[in-house]
Amino acid sequence: MSSLLSLNQVTVIAANGSQLLADVNLSIEPGQIVSVIGPNGAGKSTLIRVMAGLQAASKGEVLRQTGLRLGYVPQQLVVPRNLPISTRAFLQLNQPPIKPPSLDANPTHKTKVGKSSAPSEEINIDKVDPLALKGLWSKPLQALSGGEMRRVLLARALAGNPHLLLLDEPTAGVDLIGQVEFYQLLASIRDQYHCAIVIISHDLHFVMSATDRVLCLDQGLVCCHGAPEEVSEHPEYQALFGEGTEKAFAVFSHAMGGHQHAHVHSHAHGSDHIETGESVHG
Amino acid sequence: MDELIIKALLGGSLIALFSGPMGCFVVWRQLAYFGDALAHSALLGVALSLATQLPTTLSIAFTAAALALILLKLRRGQQLADDTLLGILSHGSLALGLVVLALLEPTTMNWMDYLFGDILAISWVDIGGAAALAAVALGLLAWHWQPLVLIAIDQELASVEGVPVARLELLFMLLLALVIALAIKIVGVLLITAMLIIPAATARVFARGPAEMALLAALIGVVSVWGGVAGAFQWDLPTGPAIVVTALLLFLLTTLINRPLAQLSARN
Repeated sequence: MSSLLSLNQVTVIAANGSQLLADVNLSIEPGQIVSVIGPNGAGKSTLIRVMAGLQAASKGEVLRQTGLRLGYVPQQLVVPRNLPISTRAFLQLNQPPIKPPSLDANPTHKTKVGKSSAPSEEINIDKVDPLALKGLWSKPLQALSGGEMRRVLLARALAGNPHLLLLDEPTAGVDLIGQVEFYQLLASIRDQYHCAIVIISHDLHFVMSATDRVLCLDQGLVCCHGAPEEVSEHPEYQALFGEGTEKAFAVFSHAMGGHQHAHVHSHAHGSDHIETGESVHG
Repeated sequence: MDELIIKALLGGSLIALFSGPMGCFVVWRQLAYFGDALAHSALLGVALSLATQLPTTLSIAFTAAALALILLKLRRGQQLADDTLLGILSHGSLALGLVVLALLEPTTMNWMDYLFGDILAISWVDIGGAAALAAVALGLLAWHWQPLVLIAIDQELASVEGVPVARLELLFMLLLALVIALAIKIVGVLLITAMLIIPAATARVFARGPAEMALLAALIGVVSVWGGVAGAFQWDLPTGPAIVVTALLLFLLTTLINRPLAQLSARN
């Protein structure tokens, strides 16, 4: 099985000479969910932009499987204020007539991906709308909130039936319940679209449970890499995110002005005490 | 006299049909200053045409396109802020154009015609040329409409989705250079940006989609040309400024009417 995309010793140096990524090696296999975590300024966004082909590597090489279809969900999309367009029109723009993703939380009673025989898109949307797009349909694109916009962008990315989905902090600004649902959604997306997913996240607990592999970045370097259980045992990871520092991390980002800070007790992962800190990312 | 009016209305309308949709892209992509810089380079194009005997429209389009490409190149990896760079090239090329023209044609130059346009001097040959160019340009615009709008919304998203962004950017810049070369005839170097953005801004008030906005902008541009030409004949006004003033009045009128309407619908 050949990799969808691989990075060989990729180094990215910014115009001002600072090193954003250093000697990163990574290959994405079909159907894998890979999480990229790391503190602010670690190079996470740069990594995903290199994979998306939006930023060139200063050194090293980026190999893409021929015919690779990418789906990309940026952190945000600033829509020109003067461009009148509804969410629906945006989703259909420059696309073959789309059928909005009809994901199921429980995909067993669904057959295959390409097989959907929706007679019309209207009916299809009404049936299942896990991204809750229906209510947004007629809204101007500029009127969407950050979370709504990301759902719309995800729908657009999925409409292209991608082999590899690149998500840049999809849960930033989404409340905790939304995050739990989001990671459940990820698994069903992977199962139905048979695509690999690379996701940037601050939400360490969720990342650990919902992914196949974790890549931990710090100052442009891959400091550890592997299955979630291995990574969480790794000393480098513990130094960055380990016991104790986690709390400090949340408090720190709160102090830095993350106004959507949330402290929530949840039973989603046994009796774990989950804290998330929404932070201003770079 | 009659033929003069017909020619002015016909030529002006043709160009307005093209400048409306192009103006929408200028508004969406916040390229007003960029358009200004290209327009100001037009005098260099006039100089080029005098030196080479090439048709004026062609050499203006050529210099504007060349400047557009230079600007795009300089914008990447430069230290200066965009507006500084645009200011330098915009006014630099205007001054350079005036100087070169003065050197080439010290006595017979009529500055005002280039700076403010002279639609009444338009010939049947000009109109035929404008019709052909506008038809080709609008055809290209319609053909690539969806990816161009997507690029206007977000270039990176378009690029990841496999839209040939670089090629379409080149096409867009060529079309922008062309619309400027044509619009110089009717409103002149200094007022082209107004002809691009005012009808588009007026259309924004009513439009619910990008294509609708483009069509409305074209329509509003045509109405402005007719109003301006009529005013110019009625009160012996300079035509270019009269056209822009008509567009401005339409903009103010629709904005004033729309404000209470919007408040009303917000209340309900």
